[in-house]
Amino acid sequence: MTDAILRQGEAEEAARAPASAARRIGWRVWLLRSLAVRRLIVLLALAAIWEIAARVQANPIMLPSFAETARAFIEASLHEGLVWSALGSIWVLLKGYLAAILIATVIVSLAVSNSFLRDTLQTLAAMLNPLPAIALLPLAMLWFGLGEKSLLFVLINAVVWPFALAALQGFESVPETHRLVGRNYGLSGMAYVRHILIPSALPSIISGLRIGWAFAWRTLIAAELVFGVSSSSGGLGWFIFKSRNELFTDRVFAGLAAVILIGLLVEAVIFRGLESATVRRWGVLK
Amino acid sequence: MNAIATDAVVPVLEARRLTLDYETERGTVRAVDEVDFSVAEGERLVLLGPSGCGKSSILKAAAGFLRPASGTLHLRGREIGGPGPDRIVVFQEFDQLLPWKTVLGNVTFPLRVARGLTRKEAEERARHALDRVGLARVLHQFPHTLSGGMKQRTAIARALATDPEILLMDEPFAALDALTRLKMQQDLIEIADELKITLLFVTHAIDEAVLIGSRLHLLSAHPGRTIASFDTSGLGAADIGSARFERVTRDVHALLFDRRAAA
Repeated sequence: MTDAILRQGEAEEAARAPASAARRIGWRVWLLRSLAVRRLIVLLALAAIWEIAARVQANPIMLPSFAETARAFIEASLHEGLVWSALGSIWVLLKGYLAAILIATVIVSLAVSNSFLRDTLQTLAAMLNPLPAIALLPLAMLWFGLGEKSLLFVLINAVVWPFALAALQGFESVPETHRLVGRNYGLSGMAYVRHILIPSALPSIISGLRIGWAFAWRTLIAAELVFGVSSSSGGLGWFIFKSRNELFTDRVFAGLAAVILIGLLVEAVIFRGLESATVRRWGVLK
Repeated sequence: MNAIATDAVVPVLEARRLTLDYETERGTVRAVDEVDFSVAEGERLVLLGPSGCGKSSILKAAAGFLRPASGTLHLRGREIGGPGPDRIVVFQEFDQLLPWKTVLGNVTFPLRVARGLTRKEAEERARHALDRVGLARVLHQFPHTLSGGMKQRTAIARALATDPEILLMDEPFAALDALTRLKMQQDLIEIADELKITLLFVTHAIDEAVLIGSRLHLLSAHPGRTIASFDTSGLGAADIGSARFERVTRDVHALLFDRRAAA
């Protein structure tokens, strides 16, 4: 009897509140589907596997544990100049990146205005595309010596071509209607470029900036690994190299973590932010 | 009906023996061959014909995007030398709205860059025009959130706000669904009557042409040549389905499609 009443009560409740049940399920599903939560789960799992593997291995010179690495990261940031190394790398990167964007802008404006120059750019970019920019480092060292100039040379080379190609493709795929609308209002010259071409090509331009940044960051770290020897400030690559030579393996891991963190941070904050403020908001992201 | 010809007033737009060519890989193709027409102040001239009759090319030439191979095009007596904001085009494509500008931004844009108004003046005029086409509620939305009909309304508001000598419309309703199209056609007629807009309208739909035009200019295809000119000024939205509307539509249809059979 009580059982029957109870069951009846359940049925009534279920009938009365399907909406709230759906919302409860929806909330859990939402949590599992949310990218941040998923990433957190993956990171926690990785840290756990790492910690277990390191303890089984029990040899911190080959594989320091996650906890040791975390400690080394904080320690190195506070006392061993990890932060300064990172800032040194970022400073060189910014110089090279901005110079490359300026050079690419000049190249693209020429390529847009002249079809022969456009084909030249495409040929050059196609040639240099399969070549990792770091492969030019030996030549750069021969021409410019050991120092920042060589770093900048490979950096600029890593950024100019992919960015120029992406921007050129963006300008070439500006819809005919946008062009006609601009001309209809009597726009020409720089006003036309500023009001029509650049905003219309912005999705490709941002994607080019993003690819350029990724190439630049990897190339720079790799170059610093090769010849941190001379540069006094070092940079992150040099920090990793030096720590390995001194067998501070936990600092090597800390340095690698810094490379990853900075890369992710720039991607998530700067480029995501730029996209959200522009092309995502305009609904033109392809 | 022929008041324009005898009137001493200079027509807003006048084509004399207008011939247009376009380049293809296999050489030059004649799109329009010696077409004459004129559009008087406040008149709504519809260029009507099958695809390939060069009607869009004529509109492009009037906008200044295309140079005539021979013949002339005059805007208020001055030869058209290039594009300009005294002739605003409403295109068929929805992407004529610049996606990086809001609805209000799209309408103020030509006022700022072509008319040189201050931001305040431009916004005031834009708001007024958007209000007129029924878009007062979506001023700050970006175009990708609008329906096709709303996008075309925005484009029309942009053209109205700029206050051109003549409004050039290139099948502006062709990509809309039938119900939206009818509503837009009726609204356009109402606005055009109220503001005394001079309009050059291109379409391949006969009912649309009869409805919107105060005069029709019929063109044949390959190359575009004038078949006839038709006065439809008495016909409006209220006449849809009436015997007279049907008769004119049938006559136009006969002229356009039975010509070869009749000849």
